[in-house]
Amino acid sequence: MARATGHSITDLLAAKEMVVVCGSGGTGKTTIAAALGAQAAAVLGGRVLVLTVDPARRLASALGLGAFGNAAVQVPPAAFADAGVECRGELWVAMLDTKAGWDELIRRQAPDAKLRDQVLANPLYQNITGRFVNSHDYIAMEQLYDLHASGRYDLVIIDTPPSRNALDLLDAPGRMKEFFGSRLLKWLTVPYRSRLFTMASKPFYQVADRVLGSRFLQDIAEFFILFQTMEAGFVARAAQVERLLTDDRTTFVVVSTLEAAPAREARYLADELHRRRMPLGALVLNRTLPTAIRQPAVGKAAAGLRTVADDPAVLRDLGKAAAAKPAELRHVLAEVADRFRDLVVVAGREAERRSELASAAPLTAVVPTLAADVHDLPALLAIGRHLLGNGSR
Amino acid sequence: MSTLLQRQLLFVTGKGGVGKTTTAAALADLAARAGKRVLVCEMDAKGALAASFEVATLGFEPREVRPKLFAMAMNTEDSLREYLRVVARIPLVGRIGPLARTFDFVADAAPGVKEILAIGKICFEVRERHYDLVVVDAEASGHIVAQIDAPRAIRELVQVGPVRDQTEWMLGILGDAARTGLVVVTTPEEMPITETVELVEKVRGTTEVDVAAVVVNRVLPRWFEGREAAVFDRLAAPAAQEVLERAVGSKVTTVFDAARLAEARRSVVETHLERLRADVPAEVPVVQVPELFTKASGSRVVTLVADELAQVLP
Repeated sequence: MARATGHSITDLLAAKEMVVVCGSGGTGKTTIAAALGAQAAAVLGGRVLVLTVDPARRLASALGLGAFGNAAVQVPPAAFADAGVECRGELWVAMLDTKAGWDELIRRQAPDAKLRDQVLANPLYQNITGRFVNSHDYIAMEQLYDLHASGRYDLVIIDTPPSRNALDLLDAPGRMKEFFGSRLLKWLTVPYRSRLFTMASKPFYQVADRVLGSRFLQDIAEFFILFQTMEAGFVARAAQVERLLTDDRTTFVVVSTLEAAPAREARYLADELHRRRMPLGALVLNRTLPTAIRQPAVGKAAAGLRTVADDPAVLRDLGKAAAAKPAELRHVLAEVADRFRDLVVVAGREAERRSELASAAPLTAVVPTLAADVHDLPALLAIGRHLLGNGSR
Repeated sequence: MSTLLQRQLLFVTGKGGVGKTTTAAALADLAARAGKRVLVCEMDAKGALAASFEVATLGFEPREVRPKLFAMAMNTEDSLREYLRVVARIPLVGRIGPLARTFDFVADAAPGVKEILAIGKICFEVRERHYDLVVVDAEASGHIVAQIDAPRAIRELVQVGPVRDQTEWMLGILGDAARTGLVVVTTPEEMPITETVELVEKVRGTTEVDVAAVVVNRVLPRWFEGREAAVFDRLAAPAAQEVLERAVGSKVTTVFDAARLAEARRSVVETHLERLRADVPAEVPVVQVPELFTKASGSRVVTLVADELAQVLP
């Protein structure tokens, strides 16, 4: 049974050791992950690491992240002080480097130096690791496991890669296990090794030969034979990583905007997490319009503005108060009133998405749309305050 | 009619969530409206294209979703089957399932195999002139280069064999700017614009495919021109608010706050659009599609976006 997560995102972050932030692309996952980390470090204390995948450049440089490398860097405490926030703990950030992650994995799993070098030097290695089990996803989970196991952090927050399908992330460790157990791998590697065609591989090879050419197949087989020597290590490791995802020290945070497609994806993701017994801790609804826009009284006020825009007496009074010509005033007021109706349409759509998602997660936090892009610590902390402040059941 | 739609093959890509599928559907719709016979193909099988046309599912067999507009979803197994039958002349009736699954795994592992099967099917449709225009709802920007560059990658990787032979005619189609173009869809936000600039540079630098246009989706309208922003500020000040409150009979601050938020967002959009125009080579057309303030979804949105594109396409 999972530990009680309390009533707020603050409680959730205080109770958990690993937070996996997921959701569809373009919803602001990276920003939310960083904001959670910044606020957790500031308010809850302890050593917090945010592992990010592809941060916007300005945000990355604001946090002191270089372009490459797995090494974590600490956000200077002075940056918090400059933002007017006393930071009780430490905020560390690191960027996921898939290539380095894979190389690291091979180094660790290879039975000897010769084999390790053979794999790393194999021309297909890069390409294959880039494809065969959604390797970004797998490496992200690997790193999460490592970072947690290192015992260096109280809280690790991971911003997940932009998967084609968010589920790939959850399935990555399982697929890694499956790959090694697959008959294909055996088919592929057996004939090359023994130079004998087994009955099972025959039809496959006949066709594959005609389509791909045998030389190409041989190259592939050679690589897999190298890889197979690492099977036991990989499978054991993938199983550990997989267990971590259902561990009760782990929680998932799904980020969505209130647009149709991301909201659909969030709902789906929430259901799938539930089905896999992976603990969904909270849903973050990012970049929402103020709900006040939909209040009938406000709509009436906007309609009223539209009417007074054509009232010469009001325009005369306004002319004195705002030092502008009646024609200008009329146009600006009409524009404000007309455009407001557009916003009401959007806010209406958002309200619908919101009610659809109301029961998706035990906690829902709402982050308003901001006037400016987020690319510094003060802005992250402001979002963090929204996240930790207003999470509600 | 737009010169863009005079080409025979358009790949449409973009970062996730920017409206890639809708744009692909709208481009196809526009061409069909102009009387062309059009095929639109979804490459990543997520079902977004079916949702755009409000049909239950799309399969490998194209289906007419609007007059002269055919839609399909790419499927490697079916593509392999067709390839084997038509090109390699290996008759396979039924029982391809286990083989294809196995093949799927090899294709996953072997660089470019899956891509070449998909791109091969697309190029085949173009070569055979089954359609006047093929629009591809392609992979997202992170994967598009691997997709459109697959024939070249295969040619370099595979020294001999039938697959290599197939790459030559495909490259002929893909590298011909009069026939083939890539449309990059984006939104006026920081990350999508950055990715777009990088992608345009990469496609132009490393592939033979022509970047035909950048489509900026969901551009917020400008509320105020010139002096009007200053007038708005003065109207939002206490003296004018008092006059307005009296005239309207209630507080109008929420309306003004919303306007200020929207205007601030718009000015952020402006800076991103300027950066895009400055960082994308001048010969690549950049067009804008405004944010649609509509409650419509699906098929209706495709029509609305097509209407907007009709006005701005090069």
